[in-house]
Order: sequence, then C-alpha cells, then structure tokens
Amino acid sequence: MITAVELGLIYAIMALGVYLTFRILDFPDLTVDGSFTTGAAVAAVSIVNGVNPWLATLLAFLAGMAAGAVTGLLHTKGKIDGLLAGILTMIALYSINLRIMGKANTPLLGEETLISPMRAAGILGSWTSIGIFFLVSLVLVAAVVWFLHTEMGMAMRATGDNQEMIRSFGVSTDNQKILGLALSNGLVGASGAVVAQYQGFADVGMGIGVILIGLASVIVGQAILTQRYIWLAALAVVIGAVLYRLVIQLALVAGLEVNDMKLISAVLVVIALLLPKWKGFQKIVKSFKRTPAPVTDSKEEVRTNA
Amino acid sequence: MLEIKNLSRTFFPGTVNERKALRNINLTLGNGEFVTVIGSNGAGKSTVLNMVAGKLQPDAGTVTIDGKNVTKLADFRRAKYIGRVFQDPMAGTAPTMSIEENMALAYARGRFRGLGAGVGAKRRELFVEELKSLELGLENRLKTKVGLLSGGQRQALSLLMATFSEPKILLLDEHTAALDPQRAALVSRLTNQIVERHQLTTLMVTHNMEQALQLGTRLIMMHDGQIILDLDSEQKQQMTVKDLLGEFEKIKGAQLDDRTMLQ
Repeated sequence: MITAVELGLIYAIMALGVYLTFRILDFPDLTVDGSFTTGAAVAAVSIVNGVNPWLATLLAFLAGMAAGAVTGLLHTKGKIDGLLAGILTMIALYSINLRIMGKANTPLLGEETLISPMRAAGILGSWTSIGIFFLVSLVLVAAVVWFLHTEMGMAMRATGDNQEMIRSFGVSTDNQKILGLALSNGLVGASGAVVAQYQGFADVGMGIGVILIGLASVIVGQAILTQRYIWLAALAVVIGAVLYRLVIQLALVAGLEVNDMKLISAVLVVIALLLPKWKGFQKIVKSFKRTPAPVTDSKEEVRTNA
Repeated sequence: MLEIKNLSRTFFPGTVNERKALRNINLTLGNGEFVTVIGSNGAGKSTVLNMVAGKLQPDAGTVTIDGKNVTKLADFRRAKYIGRVFQDPMAGTAPTMSIEENMALAYARGRFRGLGAGVGAKRRELFVEELKSLELGLENRLKTKVGLLSGGQRQALSLLMATFSEPKILLLDEHTAALDPQRAALVSRLTNQIVERHQLTTLMVTHNMEQALQLGTRLIMMHDGQIILDLDSEQKQQMTVKDLLGEFEKIKGAQLDDRTMLQ
C-alpha cells in the first residue's frame, strides 16, 4: 500500500502537468505518453554518464518542455488539430526516445539517483518517504498555483477560458498555448525522470497509457474536491493521483494481473466521467453538501474548469 | 484619432456568392468623437468594426490609429489601442475567473505580462473604485466568478474592462442587442457616462435607431458597403427615427420599414 502511495505522489507531478493542459488550457494533449518516456530516458542516460541526478532531472524537465513546445507549434502555427498534433509528437518521440537511450531499456542499478540515498537510509516504503514525496508534491502544487495567479498565468487561464476576449486585451493566445504545453510536458518529463529513478530503469514502453493515468487523476480529484479555488483543484489532482494508485493496487490484490492495468485505467476514467452525470449520484453528493448551490448556478458549475 | 481610408473587401470573390462587403469606405474620427453606425443587414457595419479591430483583413485600404498604420497588425498586437465590447454578454469576460481577476486581465492591456502577482492590494483598490462607478455592487463581490453574474452585469463589467485602461479607440458591436430592455437601457446609460468621462473615441454599431440617435456625437448610415448618410451632432439632434427612415428611402429609393432596418 505504501508503495502505491509513493508511486501515486510521483505520478502526481505528471498529473499536475496534465491538469495544466486539460483543465487550464482546455487542450487534450496526448504528447504526454511520449514526453514521460523522454524525461525518463534523458535522466537515465544522463545519470549513467555520471551527471548529478538533480541536474539529470532538470534536463528531463527541459526535454519535456521541448516536446510540449513542438506540439504547441504544430497546433498553433501549423493549425493542426490539437489531438492530432499531440499524437504526431507522441509517435515521433517513440523513435527519439530509442535514439536517446540507444536501446529499449536503460538500467540504473547501482547508480546514484535521487532515490538511492533514501533507499540506502532504509526509509523507502515507510511513512518518512511518503512524507518527503508529499512535501515535494505540495511544493509543486504551490508553484503551479502561484504561477496561475501571476499576470502570465492569468493570461494562460483566460486563454483556456475565452480566447476571443483575452486576444482583445493584447495576449497572443498562440504563445500562451505553446508555453502551457511546454510547462505541462516539462512536469511530465520530470515525473518520468523520478519514476525511472524510483523503479531503477527507463524503458521505452513506460509512457504508454500515462495520459490516461493523468486524466484519471485530474477527473477523480475533481469528483472529490470542489474546483472553486485553484489551489484546491491542484491539490485534488495530487489526491486523485494517489487514489488512482490505490485503486490499481486494490484491483491487483483482488486478483487482476499487471497486464490488466491499462483496462482498469480506462474503466476508471470512464466511471469518473460518467458517475457525476448519474442522477442518483448527484442526489447522494447533494445530501452531503451543507450549502447546496443555487439552482441557477448549476449550469455555470459545469463550465467552471479552474 | 481613427482614420479609415479607401477600405474595400469582397467576400467569396469569383464565386456565385461573391459579395462586396465594403466599397471604398472613408471615415475619419476626431479625438473624443462618438460615432453611431446604423444600417440594414449586410450593410458592412460589422465588417468595418472587425477591420478596425484586426479580425478581418481588407482587400485594399488602410486603418490608421493615432497616426500609426495598423492595417497589417494582428488583432492582439493592436489591442493596446483598442477596447472592444461584443454583442454576446458572455464574450467579453472569462467566466471561470473572478471579477477582480477579470479586471486584472483588462488592466494589463497590451503590456508584457510577467511573473508579478495579477491582483495586488494596490490594484484591488483601483478595481474597487472603478467597479463602484457601475453602481451594481460588484465591488463587494470581487472574488465571485464572473460566470455566475447575469448577462446585464457581465456586459456592464465588459464595458468597464474595455474602457478603464483608456484605450485610444472604443469599439462597441451591438453591445446592448442581446439584453432585455431594462438591462439594455442600463448599459446604454453606462456607455454614455464612461465615454464622456474618459473622452473616448468611439465607434458603435447598433440596430436600434432610437439608441443611435440618443447616444454619440455623430451618426453614420451604411448600405450595401457604402456610407450613405453622415450626420453631425447638430443634425443628429433634430432627427427622429421617422426622419432617418425617410432619409434612407430618399437616398436609396428603396421601400424600407423599421422592421427591415431592425432585422
């Protein structure tokens, strides 16, 4: 169980990235499946070549940013549909990731990583390590929330909210999308880097389906916590990521195999998407809320994406 | 302040749907002039507005704002000179962001947006002062999401956001058309107040002839991509809706009733 929470907190970094594109920019970005592995590959190869693990993780962040920027450029300057732009980058990254590693798998056994001191101290898989990972994710949540309240971050939120309007106030929505995609995939790359160090290897297939995990985290979190404040929404993403891992863990305990995980992910996302629409569920939620929202607001609540 | 020269645009050239939206339009607005534009559907009113805003490119002609030729500038690049209010009350604000955040978005018009806080204590004071001028009590609801406001409130906020940073040109595109009569009257009144207070050079498209006569210092009537009537403040004051219709018939020799005009 503790391992599940640890993994959840590491994947939360990626989920925060998905939150930026999916919720803030209202952009379904599939680059994630590629950029996650790119981050892992860059970090693993750097570490094997003696680079400091902190620097290696930073490089992974930058590599993810570059991947996101490519999707952004394809979409804005190339006028390619957002979904297709993401798919194109994702597929291209598969080859690039193989080029970076030179092979399908780069082991990190015996290397000094961000995780190895924790493992050496014997705190991995304990409440201490959970505390450390939780603290890291809190710092990242704070950073994301801070950014979204700066002038630049607010322009980005407005870009996802009402493009026409923010253009009329002098913001290039193209630039905002490129920046948002870059930051998002930077976080995804960094998450991939930490996952590689945690599990002790980078693998070319490790990014497959990561976008689903990200979406599941965002949507599950959203179903649990109100989206009224950005900091709550961002925190909900972290909680969603952990819950997702716990559900997977429960499914495995219940007898399902590791190979079934993608199916479980997909089913989980479908449930999280459909459940809030089911009237019986709405009634249950309402009975728990102390102050029911006014009827006239219900339509706007659906639109609320921040 | 605003100079439109020989502006022309043809939609769908070379096809059966070819339509000359603008035929060699010339229009100059002096500093602080408030021009209302009326005309039947397809007369080219919105086309002119969209070309000033940079949403549409002309086939020929130039748009000059404050001596600067902006014809080739993208809409967001010329936004620092132009405040806009749209017909749709939902279009001028960001619904998931709060009132004060929307004000902050407008406050940074045309400037570089960096990593400073969007809403600081000092700015909030300014926003409260500005919101008070609307007399809608919005200054007490700074943290409310704009999506929860009514159409009239949102349009009033849009108007304030478009104007309080004092753009060189204010463009109003039938900004009261989607509101009920009461709200429309409120937004009309606010428009008058705000334009006078900031002495804004304003171009307002409307379908409502009554409003076109009430507001502004000059009236223009368009038909078939041309300006067919241009009344200064004095002439405008003596006009009634009936006179306007008469003018229209006289010039175009076409039978038109109020209904067609309002369509």
